Amino acid sequence: MLTVTDLTKTYKTGDKALAEVSLTVPKGQVVGLIGPSGAGKSTLIRCINRLVEPTSGKIALSGAELTGLGPRALRRERRRIGMIFQEYALVERLTVMENVLSGRLGYVSFWQSFTRRFPSADIERAYRLLDRVGLMEHADKRADALSGGQRQRVGIARALSQEPELLLVDEPTASLDPKTSRQIMRLLIEICAERGLPAIVNIHDVPLAQQFMQRIIGLRAGRVVFDGPPEQLTESVLTTIYGAEDWTAMRKDGEADRVAEAEAVARLAMISA
Amino acid sequence: MTEFPQTWAFRTPRARLALWFGWLCLVALFVYCWQVMTSTTIWMFIWDAPRQAADIGSRMFPPRLSYLPELMIPLWDTLNMATLGTMLGVILAVPVAFLAARNTTPSALILRPVALFIIVASRSINSLIWALLLVAILGPGLLAGIIAIGLRSIGFIGKLMYEAIEETDIRQIEAVTATGASPAQVLNYAIVPQIMPAFWGITVFRWDINIRESAILGLVGAGGLGLKLQASLNTLAWPQVTTILLVILATVIVSEWVSARVRSAII
Repeated sequence: MLTVTDLTKTYKTGDKALAEVSLTVPKGQVVGLIGPSGAGKSTLIRCINRLVEPTSGKIALSGAELTGLGPRALRRERRRIGMIFQEYALVERLTVMENVLSGRLGYVSFWQSFTRRFPSADIERAYRLLDRVGLMEHADKRADALSGGQRQRVGIARALSQEPELLLVDEPTASLDPKTSRQIMRLLIEICAERGLPAIVNIHDVPLAQQFMQRIIGLRAGRVVFDGPPEQLTESVLTTIYGAEDWTAMRKDGEADRVAEAEAVARLAMISA
Repeated sequence: MTEFPQTWAFRTPRARLALWFGWLCLVALFVYCWQVMTSTTIWMFIWDAPRQAADIGSRMFPPRLSYLPELMIPLWDTLNMATLGTMLGVILAVPVAFLAARNTTPSALILRPVALFIIVASRSINSLIWALLLVAILGPGLLAGIIAIGLRSIGFIGKLMYEAIEETDIRQIEAVTATGASPAQVLNYAIVPQIMPAFWGITVFRWDINIRESAILGLVGAGGLGLKLQASLNTLAWPQVTTILLVILATVIVSEWVSARVRSAII
């Protein structure tokens, strides 16, 4: 279980990215984090494993406090938190296997990792995960030889090889096509369900969030403005999250597109007639 | 309907005037420099130049190919000097590069300026000058040449390497950090793989340059082909000079080919 209490992040420039954010994610729950660009979604999940240092507030993962830890203790806690990134963030020039095994770095000595001599249990787990995400035959390929969807699967396998207690997922589908996006989301949800793994998923795409998430948190300008099941995500709630002007502008754009499309169809019909 | 202007100028009148004035200054400077340059020239020597060149050219030709066997050992020395010097340079430059790169330096306030100073100091002194100094300190011979090449290479390799380190993709580093890896493991898994192609490219490129440089270091007593060149020049043995120059040319072409092959293989 993850508990975030009054988390605040103010950047050096004075920008307040997060203001007293509090939330609790119980075991096995997959939470979608939605909000406009700059609302602090990315900062929030990066504060949890302290890739970004929070200004104040508390973060606790199943009882263990994460804020205020020294570098060594922080590294030990980071092993329990798997992270999946927007543009996969695989080490492009390493093999798929090395990327998956890099999830074990926190558990092995420098020398073991330098010589790539991982314990047999780690290797077996890595193969099992590659098999789970359907990339068994690509284990020895270099990461940059894979397609976008395949790379994100490697990213998922890397995070899972940590045997995490929490998954942080930052825009997992932002650079994927709609079909691959759905496949990746489905895979993520299945894996979380199999392992009872809680996850926080930053997501741009509202319909995708509604389709896959059990719970949705809306962030606006660093504050939680919505927290509830996807069914409660009505138009007025979306307006609170994304702002009235932007929302109607988007809808207007949509209408303009529909009108243009209808005209184009009519014109085509005239030409073919 | 609003009226839109029909003219558009790339530069404002002010900028045009400044540009014109800049060119004027450049031309004036050129005229002035030309006068300084030619005021102490003895024109008789210049008019004489084609004849002199033809004279030396005729003495240089044909090259004395029977001199070749004698050049093989100095050539081997030159190659060794370049290779060992490059290795020395790499060994010293890599730590300096990591200290100089903004994203890997342990202390931006003290160590980074020191590393940058080492890089600048090494680059600002030509390897011929390094060799002159070292021959005076260590005595003539290959060792002075190797160290001279090594010291000059630090700056070149260090500068290009630290730029490569600074250009690494932060997201890959972030991802490895997020797994709970130690700083040494992050270096090994996220930074080193990203800079490997740059590392080999830079090293081979520098080796290629060092072969050319080590060929002349003998002029100041650091051994290799340059020593033979100096001896031949001193005795006005022009056909031998031609032979040496041909050997240098052939070596450089071969090293260029090798470095091109290596670079295309790693990218």
